[in-house]
Amino acid sequence: MSSNNSTIRESFGDRIFLIIIYAFLSLGLIVILYPLIYIVSASFSSPEAVTSGQVWLWPVDFSLAGYTEVLTNSDVLRGFRNSILYTIGYTVLAVVLTVIFAYPLSRKSFYGKTFLMFFILFTMLFSGGLIPEYLVVQKLGMLDTPWAILIPKVIAVWQVIIARTFFQTSVPEELVEASEMDGCNSLKFLWYVVLPLSKPIIAVLALMYAVFQWNSYFDAMIFLKTEELFPLQLELREFLITQSDSGANMDIAEQQRREQLANLMKYSLIVISSLPVLIIYPFAQKYFVKGMLIGSVKG
Amino acid sequence: MNQKLRPLNKRGKVTQWQLAKKSFRKYWQLYLLIIPPVLYFIIFKYIPMAGAIIAFKDYNVVEGILGSPWAGFKHFENFFNNPVAWDLIRNTLFLSLYQLAVTFPLPIILALALNEIKDGVFKRSVQLFTYAPYFISTVVIVSMIILMLSPRTGIINSFAELLGFDSINFLGNADMFRSIFVWSDAWQLTGYSAIIYLAALAGVDRQQYEAAKMDGASRLQRIWNVDIPGIMPAIVILLVLSVGNLMAIGFEKVYLLQNPLNLSTSEILQTYVYKMGIINANFSFSTAVGLFNSIVNLILLVIVNAVAKRISGNGLW
Repeated sequence: MSSNNSTIRESFGDRIFLIIIYAFLSLGLIVILYPLIYIVSASFSSPEAVTSGQVWLWPVDFSLAGYTEVLTNSDVLRGFRNSILYTIGYTVLAVVLTVIFAYPLSRKSFYGKTFLMFFILFTMLFSGGLIPEYLVVQKLGMLDTPWAILIPKVIAVWQVIIARTFFQTSVPEELVEASEMDGCNSLKFLWYVVLPLSKPIIAVLALMYAVFQWNSYFDAMIFLKTEELFPLQLELREFLITQSDSGANMDIAEQQRREQLANLMKYSLIVISSLPVLIIYPFAQKYFVKGMLIGSVKG
Repeated sequence: MNQKLRPLNKRGKVTQWQLAKKSFRKYWQLYLLIIPPVLYFIIFKYIPMAGAIIAFKDYNVVEGILGSPWAGFKHFENFFNNPVAWDLIRNTLFLSLYQLAVTFPLPIILALALNEIKDGVFKRSVQLFTYAPYFISTVVIVSMIILMLSPRTGIINSFAELLGFDSINFLGNADMFRSIFVWSDAWQLTGYSAIIYLAALAGVDRQQYEAAKMDGASRLQRIWNVDIPGIMPAIVILLVLSVGNLMAIGFEKVYLLQNPLNLSTSEILQTYVYKMGIINANFSFSTAVGLFNSIVNLILLVIVNAVAKRISGNGLW
């Protein structure tokens, strides 16, 4: 942003100020990066090295013990599979519902759109609260079924606003009028004209919903009882945070070895569970930024 | 578009009814399409709002929401007569005010700093990496905190011991809970929240910038007199939103960070609602507490929005 193409030379004070800014940003970068590097390095180290605090920056005694442990754990694998299924199912449902709601709301002459906008925005301001929402899910018989993960949060108001803003700007009214002249009804128009034009916004929505679902644990915690249905984040919570202590009747050396391995496994679990999101991150970043900006223009 | 071709009423205006009829005829398929999403909002948002009346009833499963007997303000009275209530309110407010004081200005500072430096590898990597932690799940963030702060095996304590300090049980210390919560949030969200400000900065008038430069304004003066006024509308809106959410802090993270040793500062209204309601099945009482929380939030939002509008001329509505 700052222009160095100007003829006026930077003053001494300005140069000092710029150095301070670079120093500040470098420090910020280190603070952000260090925990990430540390976790990844620890996950590739030996159990003893991690527990005894030898890992500072790079892996010590390179080992894949943590990963072997994680990838042979049936609970983790089941959670992984469940999370993939939940994420795919939820994302498809969420994107479809968001688009079929946002598109009509974006049409100027769609009667009732002001009311409908108020209708959804109000839910951002006020909610019945955790318990009444829980009771609805219970009443619908969704408790302890995959539906409790897929349905109760399937539309996010913010995403509807983003999609609506996109349709308003990218699908002009003139196009609708023109297609009507050609005898194209609104459903066909949505399918053959709007959707092909909307690939970028569908990518934005899909990524936002998918990341949300992949990372969420709370709904699963309150709605699910059967372990077979647990998503990965809930399994992670068991392993990483609640951690049950097992093996009280083992000799001390064996117990210590187990403990060390369990400790190392946590680092590997963190890496593996974040992997899907990290893989799409460089690609997703652009779309997320785009989504946030579309949303903030008219939000 | 072609409203003028339609029959007009006596005053020469198109009536609401005519507009509606025309819209229905033209878009009837779209009206069918929005039925599922509208139903979703009714079932999962509006019915729970109505269901919140159980806060004024003695809800029991057999008689249901409508059949259960009325209880008036009993549950609210029970809550406020319990000394725990004030601890919870205090914890909730302290935590969110602390959070606001840290996580609100940091993204603005980051965006202003990034805006000062030239486009290039450094700038792009700062953006890429500061933004990345946003994608890490709450469970993983909390696990990272627990692992790194662990008194026996954590890196922070290993480092402290190396320097000759005693190891500290950070998470078992109620005084440290708020700082751990707030600064880890800052770590995770600063880069993400800076995006909006960066976009706002990109929209600041270049001419003002050049003019300030010609007048011999230093970088700091330009930030102060051009950049900050330029992004003020964005700052105000985001501040209104944050204050409006003051009582609704990242509850899922608080819950995961809780342990018996830090409960005296980490128990907030929402974690209490969860424990009382879902775990202890005390539905009416916890709905009352939750309702109190929602209403305070709504009132805060309305007040802050009004103040912001009065002072700066822009608000949410």
